[in-house]
Parts: sequence; C-alpha cells; structure tokens
Amino acid sequence: MTDLTSLTIAEARSGLASKSFTSLELTDAHLAAIEAARSLNAFVLETPDQARAMARTVDAKIAKGEGGPLAGIPLGIKDLFATKDVRTTACSKILGNFVPPYESTVTSQLWRDGAVMLGKLNNDEFAMGSSNETSCFGPVVNPWRREGSNTALVPGGSSGGSASAVAALLCMGATATDTGGSIRQPAAFTATVGVKPTYGRCSRWGIVAFASSLDQAGPIARTVRDSAILMRSMAGHDPKDTTSVDIGVPDYEAAVGKSVKGMKIGIPKEYRLDGMPAEIEKLWSEGAAWLKAAGAELVEVSLPHTKYALPAYYIVAPAEASSNLARYDGVRYGLRVPGRSIGELYENTRAEGFGDEVRRRVMIGTYVLSAGYYDAYYLRAQKVRTLIKRDFEDCFAKGISAILTPATPSAAFGVGEKGGADPVEMYLNDIFTVTVNMAGLPGIAVPAGKDAQGLPLGLQLIGRPFDEETLFSLGEVVEQAAGRFTPPRWW
Amino acid sequence: MTVSVKPGKLIKGQTGDWEVVIGMEVHAQVTSKSKLFSGASTEFGGEPNSHVSLVDAAMPGMLPVINEECVKQAVRTGLGLNAKINRRSVFDRKNYFYPDSPQGYQISQYKSPIVGEGEIVVELDGGKTATIGIERLHLEQDAGKSLHDQSPTMSYVDLNRSGVALMEIVSRPDIRDAEQAKAYVTKLRSILRYLGTCDGDMEKGSLRADVNVSVRKPGGPLGTRCEIKNMNSINFIGQAIEYEARRQIEIIEDGGTIDQETRLFDPNKGETRSMRSKEEAHDYRYFPDPDLLPLEFTQSYVDELKAKLPELPDQKKARFIESLGLSAYDAGVLVAERESAVFYEAVLDGLADKARDGKLAANWVINELFGRLNKEGHGITASPVSAAQLAAIVGLIGEGTISGKIAKDLFEIVWQEGGDPRELVEARGMKQVTDLGAIEKVVDDIIAANPDKVAQAKAKPQLAGWFVGQVMKQSGGKANPQAVNDLLKTKLGI
Repeated sequence: MTDLTSLTIAEARSGLASKSFTSLELTDAHLAAIEAARSLNAFVLETPDQARAMARTVDAKIAKGEGGPLAGIPLGIKDLFATKDVRTTACSKILGNFVPPYESTVTSQLWRDGAVMLGKLNNDEFAMGSSNETSCFGPVVNPWRREGSNTALVPGGSSGGSASAVAALLCMGATATDTGGSIRQPAAFTATVGVKPTYGRCSRWGIVAFASSLDQAGPIARTVRDSAILMRSMAGHDPKDTTSVDIGVPDYEAAVGKSVKGMKIGIPKEYRLDGMPAEIEKLWSEGAAWLKAAGAELVEVSLPHTKYALPAYYIVAPAEASSNLARYDGVRYGLRVPGRSIGELYENTRAEGFGDEVRRRVMIGTYVLSAGYYDAYYLRAQKVRTLIKRDFEDCFAKGISAILTPATPSAAFGVGEKGGADPVEMYLNDIFTVTVNMAGLPGIAVPAGKDAQGLPLGLQLIGRPFDEETLFSLGEVVEQAAGRFTPPRWW
Repeated sequence: MTVSVKPGKLIKGQTGDWEVVIGMEVHAQVTSKSKLFSGASTEFGGEPNSHVSLVDAAMPGMLPVINEECVKQAVRTGLGLNAKINRRSVFDRKNYFYPDSPQGYQISQYKSPIVGEGEIVVELDGGKTATIGIERLHLEQDAGKSLHDQSPTMSYVDLNRSGVALMEIVSRPDIRDAEQAKAYVTKLRSILRYLGTCDGDMEKGSLRADVNVSVRKPGGPLGTRCEIKNMNSINFIGQAIEYEARRQIEIIEDGGTIDQETRLFDPNKGETRSMRSKEEAHDYRYFPDPDLLPLEFTQSYVDELKAKLPELPDQKKARFIESLGLSAYDAGVLVAERESAVFYEAVLDGLADKARDGKLAANWVINELFGRLNKEGHGITASPVSAAQLAAIVGLIGEGTISGKIAKDLFEIVWQEGGDPRELVEARGMKQVTDLGAIEKVVDDIIAANPDKVAQAKAKPQLAGWFVGQVMKQSGGKANPQAVNDLLKTKLGI
C-alpha cells in the first residue's frame, strides 16, 4: 500500500468510499507520522485514543453508506479551537490545563461531517505572532529547510502548527485562524494552501478570541481542492455568533477547476514595495502570467491606503485583544498565582501566565484605548480601516473579480532570527495580508514556487465578500501551473 | 428638549440661601426571563452560581447574543418616558477588573444609547408637579456579587446576577431638592411597573439609584458634584441628599472646596462618606464591542410596541378625572401605584352604574380600604376585601339599599368574615327602609310625641336635624335619610 499520509483529502475520500482502506488505517498511519515527527513540535496534544474511537465509529457509518462529506478524514485542530473534554490552551500558560466543556462550532461541524481529530496543534500564544515562536509549548519547526542547511526555520504563524503538520503529512488538513495573516503566511512558508474566509463566513463561537473584528477561522490543506472540501464543512451561519452571516454555504469544491476566462484580476501597484526581493517580484509576475494564460484579464489597480494598513492593524488588534484577554484573571479557570489581595492575584497571574508578545500587545491595546489617546489612535485607526475597505470596494466596483499579490515579503526565516530586537521586524511579515482582515475580505494563499534557497513561496488572491468560490477557481489555476511542493523528509 | 425646572426648597446657610442641584442615574433591572446576552435564568434567589451560562462565566471563545426581549423592554420604557427611541444604538465595552465582572468588562452603551431624551412629570406635595428631563436610557449588563463574609481568607463570587439586563436611566440635573428627588424615583418606579419592564423592587436590588448632588447660590454657576452610589431606598435617597447638601454647604462656607468624588450613604449614621476620589476613578477604556453588531430596528417595530403599551399613570389619572369626575388628588392617589389602580379598576368593573358610583368607589378605596390597610400594615394585594366585594358594597350604597353608615358596618363584616355583601345585607336585615309608609309612621309618631320640638323646629329649621336623628335611631339606621328629610320637611312645614 502507498503511504496513506501522502494522499490528498480528495484521494482519501475515494479510497475510503471504495473501501481500499479504512479510516482506522488512515488514522493510524497519521498517528504514526505524528509520533515520528515530534521534533517539529507541531502537535501540543496528541489524542490517539479519541482519534481511533472516532475512526471506528465513522468506519461503521461508511460501511452502512452513511459517511458525511469528511467521513474518516484525520485532521489536526489548532489549539485556539475549544474541543470538548480535550485540553485547550491557545498555547498560553495562563489557560494551564483548561478543558472546555464545550466544542467550538467550526470543529463540531467537522465532526458532524465525519472528520477524525488527531490532536491539538501548536500556535503562537493567543494567535499573536508570525513565526509560532511565542507559544508556551515552544516554537514549531518548519519541515522545509534551506538547501544544504540544517538551520531550523519557522513555519510562520500564528497557525504554525497547522501549516507544519499539513506540510509534513502529519494530518490531511487542519483548522487555523487568521487575524492578520495567520493562515496565509504560514501556508506560504510551508507550501500549503491556506484560506482566510470572508469575515462572518465561519462562526467564531468557541474559538479563543484574539481580535474579534478581525478573527476568522479557515482551513490549511495541501491542495486547493482539499481546502475547498474543508471550507464547506467549516463555513455556515451560527446564531451563537451574531457576526456570522446568514448566507447559504455553496459547494466550494465545484468551483475548483471552473474556468476563469474573462475574469479581471487586479494587480495592486501599492504592493510593489521598495526593496522587495527580486524572486518575490518574479513569482508575482509568473502568477499573473498563469492567470492570463488561463483567460483572465490583468488590470493594474490602486489600493492607495495600503501603507496605513499595518500600523492601523497594530492599533485595532491589540485594542481588542487587551479587552478580550481581560477574562484570563486567575479567578475562574486556568492559571492562578495567589497574592495578598485581588489586585496582586491579577498581577501575579497575568505576569506569570502571559508571554512577552501577549503582554506587549495587551499594553499597547490598553494604551490606545485609554482616555486622551482613544481619538488619536483607536478612532483614527478605525477611520483608516474604513478607507482600506473603500479602496477594495472601489476596485471591485470596477469589475475586478479578485486581486493577486504576493503572500509574504520573504520566504521562511530561521527560528530566533527575527523580531528579537525590534518586534516591528516581525510585524512586517503581515504587510500583504493584514489589509484583507481590515476589510473583512476572503483571501487564499497558494504555493507558487521556490526561492533561490529552495524555500517555498506563495501567492495571495483576495476576493469579493463571500466570493470564496472565485478564489478556489483562480487558486486551482495557480496550483496547476506551479505544481505541488513537498518537503524532503529529514525528521 | 428643555424643561422648565421647578425651583426646590432652598437650604439656609450662614451666607444665605443655597440651591441643591440633583441628577440621578437609576439602574432598573429589566423584567425578562433570561439575561441580556445569554439564555441563563434571571430568577432571583437561586443557589449561588446556579443561573450561570458559559457566556456569563466568560469562558474562552464565548460570545454574547442579544436577548430581543430586553431590547423590547428598553424601547417600551423609552416610550413610557416620552423619549426619543434611537433606531440604531451601539454596545460598548466598559473595561475594568473585578472578580464579579468575569469578562473583565461590562457590556454597556456609551456613545449611542437605545433611548435618547425624554421627560416625566412628577407629583409633589399639595398637588403640585414638576417636570424632570431624561437624558438617556441605555442597556447594560449587571455584575455578579462578591461575598466577603464566607471565609476569613477568601472572597466568594456568585455570578447569578452577572449579565442580567439593566436599564440605566439618566436624568437631567433638573431636580432641586430631596422631595423632588424622591418624587422622581417614585414616579419613575411607577411608570416602570405599569409598563412591566422592571418590578421596581428596591429591596431585592431591582431598582438602585446613583445620586449626583451639588450646591450653588440660587441662579449661580453649577457647583462641583459628588455622586452617592447605590441607593436602594427612596427614603434613604431623601436623607442622603439632605445630608450631602448640608455637608457641601458647610465646606464651602468654611472656605473649602468640594472634591469631585464618589460617596456612599450609611443609613445607620445618616451620613455619606467618601468611597473614591476623581483621581482614583477608573479609566474604563470604552470602545464598541466587536462581538456585537450595532443594534438596529425599524420605525414600525417601535410603532407596534407603542400601540401595545398599557395605559400609564398620567393617562389613567386624566381619564379618571375626565370620565368619572374624580378630583385630581384622588385620581393621583389611585394611580400612584399600579396595584392600587388595578384594584380600583376592578372595583369599577364590578359596578352596575360606573357613572353614578365611580366617584363613591374612589372614596371608599382611598378612605375606607387604604385607611384600614395602612392601619393593619397590609398591601393592597393582600386586602381581605376583594374588589368585587367592595364594588358590591358601593353598589348597595349607590342604589340606596343601604346607607353609608350601614355600609361601614357591612365593610367591617366583610373584612372580618368575608362573604357576599348582598347576601349579608339580606341575611342580617341591614337593608335601608325606603318604604315611605313605614318611615312616615315613625315620623308621625315622633312628631306627635314631641310638640315642643316641633315648635322649635318650625322657628329654627336647622333643628330639624334632631328629628332626623330620632327617626334613624328608631329605624335602626335603616331608614333612607333622603326620604326621612323630605318627609320631615313636608310634615313640619319648613
């Protein structure tokens, strides 16, 4: 039998349906792969017993012809998603051994459709980071290495565990979340496909909140088709999240392979940064050429407020985070470090429980919301946000179907290499992705090539609100042209 | 909206008269089955932490969902306060750390409240009224309760109240003395209870007031205010204002200045004391709650609620005066408490002739029934005499079956023993004698037996009253007084 872990979800689905193998076999193959890849530190909790139990149950269903759209597919779950009776920490010490008595809406929909949970995936603490180095469980290692080098590279973040595990064939797909690029940047760093859906497309209920107005769950998978398959199960209206939108969930997979002929693709001039590496520039041109060859029309467009997006993001996101993280106070659950007064208990618990980056953002957020600074920072940033949104609206009003940009300004970097002296150096990773969150739009990162050192690079496609389908169609064109990339196994 | 402010009682200081300026923030618990943003029960008095959902406990990843019933109640209250309803409002987070605030913030409405400016008319002593402006009403979450007396080393937290919907109703600084302040809370409470949007139970904490007090020379610029927090009794509000105003006047007259601060009223000592100064005030870092979309509804939604509003005390009072001829005072007394009005209207419903007996019924409710209830310390809802029974008694008087005097005896019997007043009148022979022949015989007998009195009465008609008394006495009080009077006038020729 070929290595079951190298199958795509679509392939595994056929194999399971034709009874070539069982979900239990598929699950066991992945559990073995996880065990052999602990050096990547992608999983923070392996749930083999639960995985096998779920696989057996779903095998019985498949036998009766009752399997759902994801029947028997083993997945990894970012530790930001609450999983009932399974430890959920957001990779923060402050949640300690928190075991939620509830299941997030998104994961419950995956289980409803027959998926199998392999375990919980590493991420930056509270999803704050672009390298998966802020996790209290330590950094995740990228399965990709520079050619001829053993230097450990980061998988990007915050969904570094998800990207790393999917790229290293530890799970067939993974849930992830994206607040400023946390799905798309790690996908680009690991040659996986990452989808950040339109804000409101997936329920946020049961996902540990970072910045509520920006957070959105989405899949990371190895192909565009697989990401479309996962999206269909993850998306949907949830009355428990009033920001989720009541629009029917289309058959995203049907959009994969659909012609893109006649589509107008915007190439935003503001994304051409000074000092942008030539290989990123080249990748971008190549991507445009592929789309053109597939019958799409390229149009230069302007998104004039792009340069304000990152600074505005680093006001809005920390502001919301400072408030969202106030509940981690040592009173009801998670870590408690006692003190002589309630004030001391708060201080001790939060000082001990939060890592540096989280503390930094809580302080920035508290500052920008405080009396006397609110108007200058928070209110201003919200105005910028409106302008960014309008840039995109103007663009789409001119008949643009989607916008093509690089996904990241560089390929993966070494663990410990960036942000040590200046956090902004790390924040710049999200320069191409944050605008999408600020505007609430859908975005997809698709592997498109490699840099001179053999590291994967990705392209990003940005779509109209709730038009993920067009992104899947265009993403498929890129994937077909660029081919797929698998890291050589060294672990 | 400008309201002409009613001058209040001035306070005499050493340097002359002082005027008190008062504004109030009333927190009224919304009457609803479940909390503002969760499905947990709002029931009072449950075991600690028995009405707590995952949202109320602020578990990771939990999201608030607005309870539409609470929105309705807020809109209805706004309509009852003659206020502007804002069809778009925004929920904000008020950030602060406290163990009984599990989210680390309270969801409230800061810049865009659901209800804007309105006004209410309040009743003062001597039938006077004052109009008090309402600045706004907004929805917000109540906090839980910290229990500090359960353990020597720990505090406990009960989250049953956490997340229960409150309406914060903010008045304009239009209140000028303690009496107006008490009348304001009384009237507001009455309106809420009529609407059924808050039970107004101050003992249970369903209605609490923060009172802002400052003093100034009449007509002068506003003084620095102090806020007296969490008042849960109308009488205490009055006492606290009196104390606080005098305290401020003394400080100013001694050459001092008032520090803006938050104070607490100690009902045992009758004093206010400092809780925290302005410098210690929290920076709440308000910002729009990103978990909640702005709250929006249509004008037709408002109109529909408006059409279904119950009659409110002012309207009811006007109707009682207009259609039943009650005095403004009587009508005011009857409508002040919703239960009283309900009782009175039930009495009206039991009357065969409302036009004839409505006013009499009001007298009976106010004087006989309320008087007796007060004496016994009963509330109207615990009245031993039902509305139907009282209606029967009033009806018996109105139709002339019994006299007012007999009616009082009958009322006493019903109070003590219960029973159908009509049957009691029959069974105990309390019926008024209207048989003219029988009364005439008694009148004739008395006139015949007392020629001297007849002569006196002819000379001085006022003395005819003596005859009335005699007739009533002989008839055991049952003779119809009007018939007796008429007969005597004819017979005596006066």
